[in-house]
Amino acid sequence: MTLNRRTFLGTAGVIAAGLSAPMVLAQGKPRVVVVGGGAGGATAARYIAKDSKGEIDVTLIEPTRTYYTCFFSNLYLGGFQELSDIAHSYGTLAANYGVNVVHDWAVGVDRDAKTVSLAGGGSVPYDKLILSPGIDFVDGAVEGWDVSAQNKMPHAYKAGSQTELLKAQVMAMPEGGTFAMVAPPNPFRCPPGPYERVSMVAHVLKANNPTAKIIVADPKAKFSKMALFQEGWANHYEGMVDWIGEDFGGGNVSVNPDAMTVTIDGEETKVDVCNVIPAMKAGRIAELAGVTDGNWAPVNAADMSSKADPNIHVLGDASQQGDMPKSGFSANSQAKVCANAVRGALTGSKVFPAKFSNTCWSLIDADDGVKVGATYEATAEKIAKVDGFISQTGEGADLRKATYEESLGWYAGITSDMFG
Amino acid sequence: MRWPTILMFAAALGALAPATSATENLGDADAGKIVFAKCKGCHQVGEGAKNKIGPHLNGVFGRKAAALEDFKYSKSLVRAGNSGLEWHADTLSAYIENPRAFASGTRMSFAGLKNAEERANVIAYLRIFSDNPRDIPEADPTAKGTDHSVDPEILAIQGDPEYGAYLSSECTTCHQIEGSDEGIPSIVYWPDEDFVIAMHAYKDKQRPHPVMQMIAARLSNDEIAALAAYFRNPE
Repeated sequence: MTLNRRTFLGTAGVIAAGLSAPMVLAQGKPRVVVVGGGAGGATAARYIAKDSKGEIDVTLIEPTRTYYTCFFSNLYLGGFQELSDIAHSYGTLAANYGVNVVHDWAVGVDRDAKTVSLAGGGSVPYDKLILSPGIDFVDGAVEGWDVSAQNKMPHAYKAGSQTELLKAQVMAMPEGGTFAMVAPPNPFRCPPGPYERVSMVAHVLKANNPTAKIIVADPKAKFSKMALFQEGWANHYEGMVDWIGEDFGGGNVSVNPDAMTVTIDGEETKVDVCNVIPAMKAGRIAELAGVTDGNWAPVNAADMSSKADPNIHVLGDASQQGDMPKSGFSANSQAKVCANAVRGALTGSKVFPAKFSNTCWSLIDADDGVKVGATYEATAEKIAKVDGFISQTGEGADLRKATYEESLGWYAGITSDMFG
Repeated sequence: MRWPTILMFAAALGALAPATSATENLGDADAGKIVFAKCKGCHQVGEGAKNKIGPHLNGVFGRKAAALEDFKYSKSLVRAGNSGLEWHADTLSAYIENPRAFASGTRMSFAGLKNAEERANVIAYLRIFSDNPRDIPEADPTAKGTDHSVDPEILAIQGDPEYGAYLSSECTTCHQIEGSDEGIPSIVYWPDEDFVIAMHAYKDKQRPHPVMQMIAARLSNDEIAALAAYFRNPE
């Protein structure tokens, strides 16, 4: 590939954009620009390109060439997946769906001119802009930690090298050592994620380092699937996990990455690994585009359009939409509603009513899967929950195994729904 | 327990429940024995029955689906069993009415028994061979065989494939459009009727699975028809 960090994957059926001048695009066609190639962005790009059958010019801006899904990255930590199993590229979106994939950072949005500027120079014009940038961390959320400390105390909450680093640190723990996690306050990406991670780390330690301990400092009094996880920890990893919730000072925490210490409610502990998952906010481009209010970007439930700009839609973790959890499944679901609305606005295709759903599977130990899910609808105020279910404590091993196998099927399904 | 005992059992129940329903819903076991001839190619039942192409059917009432250890069931039935499907008069009836609509991917290659009376009769016949009281929850002998034939008016709805294509995006988060069957069943290239019956079976909580029951619960008859029209031949 050519030209510094910016690459266009030219595709049959799409007029090749001038490599040094991304402004030059197919004449006359409506243009959709999608920022962020995760569960929201990749899905939106694919559905708009697929369903418009070439009537809409779709550009996807995503800095990484290899995308690691955050969902299932805990299973990599637990040894149930290889890193390569959760790695995806954008070749099919470009080749089979005619999406212009631009590997670059979006660094600004000019809402009057309707252009997105790129770190590598130049800008891309849009008629409709879809922002699906995921999360960033709130500065100063955990005393003593900032992003510069992420190699000593990884967050591993954007999958890839951080996840690899955290796993290497867990594997290198001394016998009987201590793994600490600083859990985030609500709302955050993947509500069961930190607790599935605790389970996966416990699984690895039980096999390799059974006298090791896990401490979780949590600013919350309760968490997603709490009864299921706590039952699982007691059954599979007895005495290993010490969860310190809000009531016991779990929110009063500071860390010292150089000394590798964690201080919880005034009590300092030397630890061997410290996974700091700070408070979160919308990915930075949402803020740069001026569509955030506080940490997140408020949207209209019917089409995921920004409350600040009808030509911008915000998907997934970055959006503030109501009742849906911030999950890959939610982002994928929102992307389809958004794609349908955007296509309708640009080409006059039929727009159908919004329907949203989500299911989150978590793995507690080998073949011990649990899930929680719900359906949602668009109301005038927000995306509102309609109905839901959750796995029960005390379920049989057969059902838990079936739930885990179902999660593998879901992973294959959603990733092919995102990347083609 | 043989037939005379069954009658006594039914009579005993009759003392507790309204007398009419018990015998009415059980069907006629003698007539059912004749119906069972259609099943005999694959299934044995009675003394010395063994697994053949299909599992033996002794003690099937009250048993979890796919529960015989020495029979290799389809993934689909194993999944249904793990999700809580037990064989009772209603579930057996729904299954044999249209096996594939009830359990996608079942290896039971049987078109189905559309006649409700024949189903009730053959179930009454099978019921004779489920004679261990432990396996007979009180409701079983009198449980109404659910006639799971969907209202013909609903089956007659012509679905809008374009709407189905939009709605299908909710399905393809899990079910792959290429038709993979690992962990989650394939739902493509189904006959419309099978699809509609299956979705209504989830909607009516006849098929067990919390995600599917939830998804189906809010789909209208038109939406289910639209999905069937789309998945019949996607793209």
